[in-house]
This record gives sequence, structure tokens and C-alpha cells, in this order.
Amino acid sequence: MSISVQHISKSYKDVKALNNISFEVNEGELFGLIGPDGAGKTTLFRILTTLLIAEKGSATVAGFDVLDDYKSIRNHVGYMPGRFSLYQDLTVEENLNFFATIFGTTVEENYDLIKDIYVQIEPFKKRRAGKLSGGMKQKLALCCALIHKPKVLFLDEPTTGVDPVSRKEFWEMLKRLQQKGITILVSTPYMDEAALCDRIALIQGGEILQIDTPPEIVKHYPKKLYNVGADNMYKLIETLKGYEHQYSVYPFGEFVHYTDNRSDFNSKELKLYLETMNLSNISIEITKPTIEDTFMELARL
Amino acid sequence: MKRFIGFIKKEFYHIFRDRRSLFILFGMPIAQILLFGFAITNEINNVDIAILDNSKDATTQEIINRISSSKYFSVQQYLERGADIESAFKKGKIKAVLNFEKDFSQKLIKEGSATVQIITDATDPNTANTISNYTSAILQKYQQELNKSITVAYQIVPQTRMVYNPELKSVFMFVPGVMTIILMLVSAMMTSISIAKEKELGTMEILLVSPLKPFLVIIGKVVPYIFLSVVNAVIIIVLSISIFKMPVQGSLFLLGAESVLFIITSLALGILISTVAATQQTAMMISLMGLMLPVILLSGFIFPISSMPVPLQLISNIIPAKWFIIILKAIMLKGVGITYIWKETLILLGMTIFFIGVSTKKYKIRLE
Amino acid sequence: MKQENVIEVEGLSKKFGDFKAVDAITFEVKRGEIFGFLGANGAGKTTAMKMLIGISTPTSGKASVADFDVYTHAEDIKKNIGYMSQKFALYDDLSVKENITFFGGIYGLSRAQIKDKTAQLIEELGLQEVANQLVGSLPLGWKQKISFSVALLHDPKIVFLDEPTGGVDPITRRQFWEMIYKTANNGTTIFVTTHYMDEAEYCDRVSIMVNGKIEALDTPERLKKQFSVTNMNDVFLKLARG
Repeated sequence: MSISVQHISKSYKDVKALNNISFEVNEGELFGLIGPDGAGKTTLFRILTTLLIAEKGSATVAGFDVLDDYKSIRNHVGYMPGRFSLYQDLTVEENLNFFATIFGTTVEENYDLIKDIYVQIEPFKKRRAGKLSGGMKQKLALCCALIHKPKVLFLDEPTTGVDPVSRKEFWEMLKRLQQKGITILVSTPYMDEAALCDRIALIQGGEILQIDTPPEIVKHYPKKLYNVGADNMYKLIETLKGYEHQYSVYPFGEFVHYTDNRSDFNSKELKLYLETMNLSNISIEITKPTIEDTFMELARL
Repeated sequence: MKRFIGFIKKEFYHIFRDRRSLFILFGMPIAQILLFGFAITNEINNVDIAILDNSKDATTQEIINRISSSKYFSVQQYLERGADIESAFKKGKIKAVLNFEKDFSQKLIKEGSATVQIITDATDPNTANTISNYTSAILQKYQQELNKSITVAYQIVPQTRMVYNPELKSVFMFVPGVMTIILMLVSAMMTSISIAKEKELGTMEILLVSPLKPFLVIIGKVVPYIFLSVVNAVIIIVLSISIFKMPVQGSLFLLGAESVLFIITSLALGILISTVAATQQTAMMISLMGLMLPVILLSGFIFPISSMPVPLQLISNIIPAKWFIIILKAIMLKGVGITYIWKETLILLGMTIFFIGVSTKKYKIRLE
Repeated sequence: MKQENVIEVEGLSKKFGDFKAVDAITFEVKRGEIFGFLGANGAGKTTAMKMLIGISTPTSGKASVADFDVYTHAEDIKKNIGYMSQKFALYDDLSVKENITFFGGIYGLSRAQIKDKTAQLIEELGLQEVANQLVGSLPLGWKQKISFSVALLHDPKIVFLDEPTGGVDPITRRQFWEMIYKTANNGTTIFVTTHYMDEAEYCDRVSIMVNGKIEALDTPERLKKQFSVTNMNDVFLKLARG
């Protein structure tokens, strides 16, 4: 077991940031914490990286207790906080060298681990970190977090505010790191990134809604989900919400994801209803639920 | 050790890449010393005065001659009537008026006393005081000379001699004060800001989650500033010796050692501030309000401690700067050795140990 | 509904020295449309939007917003648009009501209008219980809804949303989009810049900027067909990676 969290709770004043959280991450696993801002992801990361002390519960990282063995943990984990936390007035090279030095190693010693990532930013090695683009900064931060060959890597919202191209590249990098045996705990507010993890924990309001592999999570979606489309989106949403048998109505891109209260749902009946309400170009098709659908379903309970 | 050196190297990058901090570090000491040395002064020179001589006899003429020949005063105007005094002041140029009564000579000889009124413009009380003192001194001197011819029984002749700063140069007063302020500023404020900066940027998080011992982070932050403060102290001393002919009577080594002690005191204070300040802005506010103001107001730098109300005098005792200024003055102006200032040194040392102790205890190895 | 254009842009460019941040872009946005303005970091989205909202003068090209020219009538444009950004929206240390009053005042609403609007807004968003609370104490999702409503206070013709919904939970996010649909349905044009591709799927039409140029402009449906992919993220990746 690489990370083990048992009944962790933590409050700030009267706000409960984490409420009785438990989960385990296996060695070499890519584990995702999926949830919106304020779900408690950062607090959990800080507890696991020994920066905060939980009020209740216990946790171990790489076999070390977060409280008693915090020094050992600090030697064996890499941590990339949510904000870009490198020295903006130092160059790419200087930042990397600095972090290598304070971890008692050199860039050369662990170069094979960061090589894939570093070659992409190497052309800019003399540039100050503050002058890099979002994607570059993120790559540099990852290099710095990896420079001492950590056993466990903590990445707190690494892809927030980064464009899709950089995001995709970033996840490809994580997959490669995982193959080198590094356990990765990553958090993200983007549901579409969840599918890229081995297992995920859906988290909201300081509580874990569900933990499983992404395919299993969507398999547990309790209802039949329909994609409903029509010409006037606003009217469609309003009309569906006014339908007496509706269970949930969520806009989903160019369609609306609709579930019905009844087990014997008849799409023709709904189509008829929508037509009588003056909607045109109506389409109703059954569709596969996504992790986001599951999340919303769990969150409304 | 390699980690530590790497850390210090990084600190120097920060310092030399930030123009603002470079300016505070090296521009401020020079500007302050020059400013205090040239612009702010307690001395009076060529103060414009007016004379209202109601008797116009030999004695008043002699006195007026003596006054106008001194370098302190220049007689600008002779008034005719008492009514002119006020308008002379109102024009603003005249800082004092000497008003001799009628028949000055005669009265002096016949009755043994005559009156001269010294009226000063007290909108600037310090200058007014000095003017009146200087004028009285000239009058007294003249009186003594008059009395020489006549033998008077039991006469006390006060003979004043200003020692350690015989010319009463105010720059000698200010240099120790300015040096104290600058060392305090550079050490306490800059350190606390640079630690708060790491917190603000989130880099402190990464440093904490690294094998670098938390206290080494702080020491690493402090070492560059010790070095820079020493450079600053040297600049100040060299400037004051070369430009203002400030004497350093005592041992330079002792001066250096005491300065290093005070620098460490300030750094300890800086660390203490950084343990409570989460942002650079707060660190700066606390440094300015909590350190600079008391140093300027209560250390005896500008306002003499002996003339403060008792509660403030007591408070001044807990201000490290007060003791450092005493030490500096003693070494630079009096030329004394450690045997005379061991008590102050010990107090400063005690404070330093106390601050280091508290900040070590308050220093967090975690985020909250 | 009459399909007149509320934004017309032709060959609009902005240069910083030799660097072409925005390189001759041309497009128009119709009344009541939800227009997605996409692009990677540094593609020129922000620069282009700054020109449209009248706070940056173009180097060359033509553009009019709400029938006002961006060169000569920037001040009139400002009166006719609303603006909401994720970075700055509301004052955290003012209460909900104080924020509404303040922004109403900025846009020159009368006291009576502000009072009406405040009541209406609080009613619609269901904020009765928190109306006097400091905005800083509210959840992010609420703040976003309030700041969107504040951007609509003066009944602008166009609302510019700069990456509006990052970080909120999926349900709140959908409530936010429902508000946007409703607003658009009432005839207000919505101009959204974002680099979150799932947000793009909600728009009527999207344009994708790459290196200062608009490389694609169509409905999400047709773009997906054109690039034969299933979601906007892949459209974007295909475009950006060449």
C-alpha cells in the first residue's frame, strides 16, 4: 500500500473541510481525486504531505506515518501545489538545480526520469520561470517535483488553467511516470480527466461520494440516460423541467441529459409532450452516462 | 552543507535580481546619511536678527558689535520703535530681536543692572532655544569682562566645555542613529519580507515538503542579509568618516563586533515577524510600525530619553536600538573600550538570545 | 427574431512591436447568440476581447460592437456591454446588496432602479438569506451567479464572459449555463472566452484561435463533423497540433 488514509477529518473554524475520509492507493497506481473547488482536495494533499495535521484519523504515505515519520515522508515524496510555486525570478535551469540541491541530489543523477519532460523546456532553460507560458511552467514544476526520484508524487490540480493541448501532454507524461513505478495521487476539477486514472475518488463538500475504477463508476449509474435535443435550448430545458415524470434534467453540451422517474419510460410520449409545447427538431436517444453524470447523481443524494 | 550553500546562492539571485530591494539595500543608507548629515542640523549659523536700541550708548554699541561679529548672528535691521518688533517678525526673516532699555549704560553703572530683552521666534522651538542660549552666553561673557576691573567678592564663574563633540556637530549625533535604523531596516525588514515572499508564492510549501531542515531554511534566508548588513555598516562608517569627518575614537574591531551583534538581534526580530506575517505586505507593515517607529521615536536617536515621561523612558529600555546607539556613541565619540559598555552589550546579547528563542519556538514546520 | 449582427469584425489586428497578437480576424456575432471564443493560452483571445470591449485600440482592421465603432466610440461600447471575468468579479468585503448597489451606481442606474433590480435579482437567485452577508463568505458557485447577474444589471446588449465557470461543481455549473441560456433567449448576446472545451459544447457557434488567427468557426456540431471527432476537445487538439 502506497497511501493509506483512515477516517481523516479536518475543520477550519466552523467549516468542515474533510469529513471522515478513508481510501487506499496501491503502489504504482495513478489515483485521481475528482471534485470541484472547495471539495477538500487541497486540504487532503496538505495532510498527506505533512503540511497540515488532521484532527481525527491517521494516514501513511510510502509506509510512513504522516505524523510520527513526517521527516521520512518529506524525503520520499514529490509535491506540486495547486498554484505555480517556483521562483519566478530564477531561470528554468536555476530552479531545477536549486531543487536538486536541496534534495541532496543533482540534475544529472536523475536525468533519465525527467528527460522526457525536460527536453521540451530545455530550449528555454535560460529564461526566467515567470516568463514561461502556462504549459511550460507546469512542465518545469513537474520536473522540480521529480528531481529526487520520489516514490509518491502528489499533484494538486496540475492542469487547472492550462490549455487542452498542454493538458493532454501532461496526462501522457503522467502515464509514462507511472510505468516507472511512481505512485501518483492527482486531483482535478475536470471530470473528463477522471477517465485517464486507474481509480478515482469522487469528492465533494469534504466527503467521498464513491471510489472505483472509471468504468465501474459509470456502470453504477442507476438510471437510463437520454440525450434530448431540440432547436431552442432554453425552452427545451424549461419544458423538460416542467415535465411531471422528470427525475433529472442537465444541459450537456448541445443536448440535455434526461432521466425519467418511471421504469417503463417511453420516448415517444416525451417527444409528443415536447411537440405540444412547440419545440421543433426533437431528438431523443439513449446515451451512456459519463463520470460527470454519476457525480451529479451522487451529489444530489 | 551543499544543500545549504545552494540555498544561499538562490537567495543572492533573488536579491540581485530585484531592483527594489537592491535600492533599499544600498541606495537608502547613502541617501540617509547624506540627508541627515547635510540637511538636518541643530546648529545655528548666521541667524538674522534685529536690534531695537533705545539708548544708543557705548555699552549697547559694544554688545551689538560682539553679537554681530559672532558667526551665529547677522544683524539685519535696526528698529526704531517697540511697535516695529511685531511687524519685523511677521515678515518672517528675523528670528530674534534684542531690545535694549533706555539709558542702558547709565543704569548699569549707577544701579548696577540694566535690562536687555531677547525676543525669539518660537515657531521653531529648538532654534529659538539655541538662539537665546547663544545670546545669553555672549552677554555673560561681556559681563564677566566688565567685572574683571572691579573686584567683587564671591563670584562663581561657570566655564562650560563641550567634550566628545566640542563643536556641537549634529552629524555626530545622527550617524549612530542612522546606522542603527539602516541596520534594523535591512536586517529585520528585508529578512521578514523575503521569508513572507516564500509563503506568499507557495514556495514555502515545497521547501517544507523537502528534506531541507525547516530551521536551515530560515538560517539560509538570514545569512545573506548578515553579509549585506555588514557591507552596509562599513559603507556608513566610511561615508561618515570621509565626508563628515566623524571621529572613531575607539577600536574599530569593537565597533564591528558590536555591529554584528546588533545585526543578529535585528535578524532575529525579522524572523520573529515572519512567523506571524503571511504576506510581504504584512511583514513590511509590522516592520515599519513595530520596529522603525520605536527606533526613531524612543531610542534616543532624535528625542533625548532623559526628557521623556517616565513610562516612555521605561519602554525605551526594551528597544534594542537604544542600547546599540549608546554603544555606538560610546565607541565612536568617547573612544571607550568594552569595560565601559559591557552592560549594554550584555543587554543586547540577552535580547538577541530571547528573540532567537521565541522565533525558534514559534517557527512552524507545517503550514498552520 | 430578427437576425441582426451585434458584433462585426473585419481584418482586425493588434501588433505589439513585431509580434502579431491578433492577426486579421474576421467574424460576426448575431443578436441573442451564444458565441464561444476559444484558443490556447497566448493564442490572442484576451487581446482580441480587450479590443472589442473598448479598452485596447486595434492596430488595423474594422470592428463594431452594438453598432459602435471600436476606434471612435469606445465609451459608448462600454455603456452597452456587460463584463464578467473569473479573476475579478465582486468585492469580497462588501455584502451581496452592497455589491449590487455599487455596480448599479457605476453603470448610472438611478436609486429606484437599483432598488428594483436588487430585489428582483435576490428573488431570482434565491439569495434572501444571504443578501446581507459578505460576498467573500459565499461559495464560489454563488459568487459566479451573482457576478453574472451584476454584469446584466444595466440590460446590456452583449455580455462578455472571460472564463466564467472554472472550478465549480457540475450541478452549479449547469445552473450557470441555464442562466446563460435564459439571458440569450431574452435577446442578449453572450460572448464567452474559454479554454475549457466542454464549455464550448454549450455555445451556438464557436471560433477557435491559433497563433492570432481564427482557424475554425462554426457550430460545435458541424466542427465535430468536419474534423470527424466526437468532442470539442479533439477538435481543438487537431487544430492546435496542426
